[in-house]
This record gives sequence, C-alpha cells and structure tokens, in this order.
Amino acid sequence: MEALRGVSLTVRGGEFVAVMGQNGAGKTTLVKLFNGLLKPTRGSVLVDGVDTREVSVARLSRRVGFVFQNPDHQLFCETVEEEVAFALRNFGLDQEAVRERVEWALSLLDLTRYREASPFMLSGGERKRVALASVLAWDPEVVILDEPTIGQDYGQKEKLRRFIRQIGAQGKTVIIVTHDIEFVADCAPRVVLMAEGRIVGDGGAREVLTDRALVERASLVLPQVTQIFLGLRDLGLPGDVINLRDAERAVLGLLGVGS
Amino acid sequence: MAVIAARGLTYTYPGREEPSLRNVSITVDKGEFVLLTGPSGCGKTTLCRCLNGLIPHFYGGRLEGDLAVAGLEVAEHPTSGLARHVGLVFQNPENQLFALSVEKDVAFGLENLGTPRERIRERVDWALKMAGIEDLRERAPHELSGGQQQRVAIASVLAMGPEVVVLDEPTSFLDPLGAQTIFEVIGGLNERLGVTVVLVEHRLDLASRYADRVIVMDGGTVVMEGDPRQVLASERARLVGVGVPKAVRLCRFLKERGVSLGGVPVTSAEASKLLEEALVTDRC
Repeated sequence: MEALRGVSLTVRGGEFVAVMGQNGAGKTTLVKLFNGLLKPTRGSVLVDGVDTREVSVARLSRRVGFVFQNPDHQLFCETVEEEVAFALRNFGLDQEAVRERVEWALSLLDLTRYREASPFMLSGGERKRVALASVLAWDPEVVILDEPTIGQDYGQKEKLRRFIRQIGAQGKTVIIVTHDIEFVADCAPRVVLMAEGRIVGDGGAREVLTDRALVERASLVLPQVTQIFLGLRDLGLPGDVINLRDAERAVLGLLGVGS
Repeated sequence: MAVIAARGLTYTYPGREEPSLRNVSITVDKGEFVLLTGPSGCGKTTLCRCLNGLIPHFYGGRLEGDLAVAGLEVAEHPTSGLARHVGLVFQNPENQLFALSVEKDVAFGLENLGTPRERIRERVDWALKMAGIEDLRERAPHELSGGQQQRVAIASVLAMGPEVVVLDEPTSFLDPLGAQTIFEVIGGLNERLGVTVVLVEHRLDLASRYADRVIVMDGGTVVMEGDPRQVLASERARLVGVGVPKAVRLCRFLKERGVSLGGVPVTSAEASKLLEEALVTDRC
C-alpha cells in the first residue's frame, strides 16, 4: 500500500511550512523522507541538491533536524543535560563547544532547572521540549517538528510560535507536521494539505484554511474565527480571516474605528 | 449527591519536595459534566490519578486530606475496587490498548473482576454500542486510527459500568474531527446515561459546550470554578493562562471597545449570532 502517491514539493530555504491533514494522510511519511529516515520507492528527494539515497541519515541529520511526535521515541539518556549533549558529542564537537551549545539550548527551551533530572520524570510537554532542545543544539538549517503542539498548553504554544518565528528570522527552514488548526492559523505559514497520500492544497494559510472544500477534503475543520466570520458574511466582513489579529482588524474596520 | 468529594487534598510525589496538589477541595455531583483545565503542571493529571486510587496505591508518595469517590474513601480502597466505580481514559491510546482484538480489550477489565461470561458478553456489546464502535469488534486495536483507539479505550472503561468516567486530555493525539467525535461520545454518555464526567482538556473551543462547570487549576490548587461562560470570560482565566477560545476573546475585544454583547459564546454559531446583533446595532 502506497503511503505517498506522486508527491511533488519544493521548500525554499527560510520558508515556514505547515503540513496538515488527517492522521494517516501521509504527513509524517513525507517529512521522514526529508532527512533520509525513509527513502523513496520511486522518485527522489533532494536536500540542498543532494539525493537522500546517496547520503547517510547521520550526515543528513546535521542539516535536517527531526523532532519526533512522541518524544519518548528519541530520549534515552540519564539526564536532560546528557540528552542535549549527545548528538553534539557524536558530531565531534569539543567539550567547551558542547557545554556552550547545551547551555544555549537548555536556556532557549526553559529547561535549565531540569538539567540534572531524568527526562522520564518530566511531564509529556516537558519531554517534548527536551527532544526539541537536543535537536536544536547542533543548529541544523532545517528543523522538522512532528506534531509539536500535542500536550502543550496555551502558554507553551505561544512560546513555540514565537520561537519558530525567532529561528525563522535567523534563516532556518521550519517544517511542522500538525493537525492543530488554531496554532497554524496563528502562525499563518505556507500550508500544504494532504489527503490519502496526495497533496490536495498548497498555498498561504489565509488562502488554504478558508477554503471549505479543501479543508473538508483534508479532514480538518475551519479555524474557529473563520467559522464565526462565515456566519457574518452579510455584514460585508472579509472571508480570509483565520486568527484573532485578522478578526480584530476586520471588526474595527467595520466599526469605522482606527486600529 | 456528591459522587466525588475532595477536602483539603494535598499530595507530594515520592522523591519530590514540593506538593503537586495543595489543599484541593471540590465536589462533583452525580450526572455533572465537569471540565478541568489549567496550564501544564497545574496538577490536573495528578488529581485524575487520585480519583481512581493510582495515587496513593500505585504512585506512593504522601497523600493528605480526604477524597471519596462513589462513597468510597480512596486511600482505603485498592484501585481494583475503585475501578468498578471510576474509569480513567488517558491521553495516549498506545498506552492503554494491548489485546489482539477490540472485543478482548473491552472485556479485559471485567474478566479480571471475575464477571460471569454471559454478563461480560452483554456488557461488551453495550459498551461497543455506546462508543459507536460495534463494527470494530474483531479489529486489532493497533491497526485503528487514534480516534478509533480512544473510543476503544472509552468502551473498555464503560464496560465496567462506572458511575464516573475521568478522561485526561483524551483528544491530544487526535485530529480535529476525531476530537469532535470523542467529545460527542462523551457528551452523549453524560446526557443520555447520566454518567458523571470529569474531562481534562486544553481544547476548550471544542469541549466547553458540553460542560456544566469548569474548574481551573494552577500551581496544584483550584483557582476558579463555575459556569463555563463566566469562567471563560473572566480576567482570572486569562491571567492563569487558560486556552480561552478565540470566540470569547473576540467578544472581550469588542466589549473593551464599548460594543456590548448579549452573552458569552461557547460555539462559533453562538459567536456569529452575538457579533451580528452587536455589530448591526452599533452601526445603526
């Protein structure tokens, strides 16, 4: 059974892309092809012009960091600190460089106080942050996050959103696999919609997430604000509203008040 | 009649210095649908573990205060005894299902209680029906979608006939449609069967319409509880960091600019209606 059927996709350096679709649509399969964890049966995957079938996963990993959906699938060290240092040591960085990168990553993900703790004593959300820290530590150009918002509360998601924007501003390419519509609506990235192993939609978040037929095809739901505004079409409000910022601006416009 | 009564509940995990629950006092009446929410680490999961006796019997640690569920003092009854009265559904379907078929998974608890075969068959049939998964009876749980798996987990808990079903972020791993289905199933159980529900959730935009009451926790303690609309619209909830639905936030935004609204929405449809009324009036 084919998990992916004739998928063609180009992601440019520095882009922020959300791959969305029903569980089982092929999202995770697709992104696992980007760092060589999976190799294509037909066709090819080029990362920076290099065919993934011609390089090891270890080499690809230096440029393409992958954070699994279930952090427990990639955590195994005795302490958080060791977990974050692991790949750095494997890549041959010297002790000082390792220490520096570990401090940076721990601080970035607000994990410094857990440095001595066993990852398995932490909550699910915290373990996700440890997995993320351990991947970011070696500063890959591309960061792939598989369902990064699961188990995260509102505050953590806001932090994640700002964090993605921060590393995006540093030039990193960020790809997230998610079904969290509200989170994607808040980030408003490029959205690739998948259904049954195929790409069924690809465009800006405001374009894709407000297309009811497309959204339904991908077994998603419209963002809450979009749903609300659908019911307000008669008032002349815009149809491409997906998040609170858009909604507030639109409503202020209607009230004839400057924002 | 209170089916859950906690008084001054305080709990510290073994090896930790700070308690994860501090002086929690709540009552849940029979047939209520309570939504429990709060930021990560607030003690929601810890409280759930107390409700069926995993705390203190499995986790150890130090439990102080009183907690009675279905009239039984939790500290004095083993989890096996409490399991008939309280069912617990967890976040990750992977951690809850293990049998070769859905039917066997759902029957497991009852088999362990020594229930007669015929009765098991009845209860399994009924539970599968209530969870809407009769057609999945022979399937292997690990081959099902996350949403289907969670319905199997719910069925296996229901089969035991508990008065209370506690669900700890049951839709975390599910896509929006899967999540909606789960909430509909749970809402149905509450409304039609009178099962008392304690639902821990972050997805308040989807779940709050089913709740009779919302309890907000922060730092191991209950900081607020009440009618869903009031809690969601409160400044307190916002400050604590609860995931206030955008529909509510949009209404607050308008209210802050002098546009008064007729209420607090818990669904998009309600929000559309309230906004339309307010905006049309305002323009006239």
